[in-house]
Amino acid sequence: MAFKGLDPEQIDLLKTITGKTEFEEGTAYNLRLNGQGVARSVTENINIVPKTDAPGIDIYIKAGTKNETVHIPVLLSQSGLKETVFNDFHIGEDAVVTIVAGCGINNHGHGDSEHSGIHSFYIGKNARVKYIEKHFGTGNAGKKVMNPTTFVDLSEGGYMEMDTVQIGGVDDTFRKTTAIVGKDAKIVVKEKILTEGDQHAETNFSVDLNGEGSGAHLVSRSVAKGRSTQKFVSDIRGNAPSNGHSECDAIVMDEGKVVAEPRLSANDIDAALIHEAAIGKIAGEQIIKLMTLGLSEKEAEEQIINGFLK
Amino acid sequence: MIEFRDVSYTTEDGNEIVKNVSFKLSERFVVITGPNGSGKSTIARLIAGIIKPTSGSILVDGEDITGLGVTERANLGISYGFQQPVRFKGLTVKDLLSLASGKKLTTAEACSLLAKVGLCARDYVAREANASLSGGELKRIEIAMIMARNTKLSVFDEPEAGIDLWSFNNLINVFKELHESTNGSIIIISHQERILKLADRIIVIAGGTVTADGDGGTLYKEIQTPGCIYYRKGD
Repeated sequence: MAFKGLDPEQIDLLKTITGKTEFEEGTAYNLRLNGQGVARSVTENINIVPKTDAPGIDIYIKAGTKNETVHIPVLLSQSGLKETVFNDFHIGEDAVVTIVAGCGINNHGHGDSEHSGIHSFYIGKNARVKYIEKHFGTGNAGKKVMNPTTFVDLSEGGYMEMDTVQIGGVDDTFRKTTAIVGKDAKIVVKEKILTEGDQHAETNFSVDLNGEGSGAHLVSRSVAKGRSTQKFVSDIRGNAPSNGHSECDAIVMDEGKVVAEPRLSANDIDAALIHEAAIGKIAGEQIIKLMTLGLSEKEAEEQIINGFLK
Repeated sequence: MIEFRDVSYTTEDGNEIVKNVSFKLSERFVVITGPNGSGKSTIARLIAGIIKPTSGSILVDGEDITGLGVTERANLGISYGFQQPVRFKGLTVKDLLSLASGKKLTTAEACSLLAKVGLCARDYVAREANASLSGGELKRIEIAMIMARNTKLSVFDEPEAGIDLWSFNNLINVFKELHESTNGSIIIISHQERILKLADRIIVIAGGTVTADGDGGTLYKEIQTPGCIYYRKGD
């Protein structure tokens, strides 16, 4: 059912970050609006409990939960609001769950709006989590700032995939992801970032591959337009027989600038670690190829970037 | 339908690649051949508008297109298959076929195009057209894109380059089919005997000039002669 008390702009924002204006009956969710939890629903397997000592929620997923989804969108439409929210996810053994988070800021006022989500995932044995996060900002005056911090603790055989997208409108972001990966567990991160104007985005991955057979696969694709700047830092430490792979692919346009600082540490003789980085403008031949299909140069660029960030 | 009038092309550093080339093509299947470095690919690029002639003019159906850019020529009905197909990170095979068709294709439509070039379609439509595809696969996708455009003039620059023998046999079949089914004209830049054999007309380019131009059947036999005079002329 549709949420009561949301104005049309807030509903649009919700749609942009979740693709929905309402959630199906029987779905677990928690909607946070301007610093307050305004709507919540739980299921037999997923419980959401507001924290009493800090802003935020604890999300408990029962062991053995299969293929459920929980939505935890955050909307900020009050200019000048700055908040730090602590969300902890406790994922039971063998659970298979999708978590859809996201933050939309609509800042029409002159004050800076800022949301810092501190997310901690405690993932039980053989549990599988898909975490989807979309960040979006709109409004012209005050700055829109998002600083997500994510901590992931993966138990034996656990798996986590993080798909994060920040496309447009966020003036400043510092994204920090830390993971501790246990035996036969794996973390996969797919990040997409587009910055324009004078925006700045910084992303920082720190992964400890502690268990035998653990793995990490980090892929960042980004586009820096206008005078925007980006920094990509990754640090993968193979402390056990493990596989680590990080990949940073960036397209720079106009006067955009991108820095990639990959770091790999093999602290075990059987740690196999790879980093790939490619930064540059769109290849001329890609544009020409699409022009030979009848696209203008501008349309060709758009298609290439849309595809790259898809 | 396409005509070169005294076309020359000189690079910025003064290298004269194409010298006073003239021809008027209306046949359905024309092969432009000649030794490596003779200027064949430059002619293909001049047709597509990727480079402009230093002098001379290019006409399509009597209209002077010398000053038109790549996009305008594409929209006039000129298609160009790259010798080295371009790879894209993110764009899928289906995306590219859709862009070529000028409309969003259904999976079934994309599959039917891929089937024409001998690719087991369902395995390919959703794949990114990136480095994970082999040269032969990309080449066939490139050809499928041009078939999707179904334009009045299609130029293929050495479609056989960089593909394995198995793919090549399939490629020949694709061109045989194109030869029979096309509504427009096809120009292929090629060294390959089996492609030359399909030609209605053959133009030999050596040293940047046309050294022979004639009926496919006749010229094909002459080219097979050891030390073919046309190949040497431009040296």
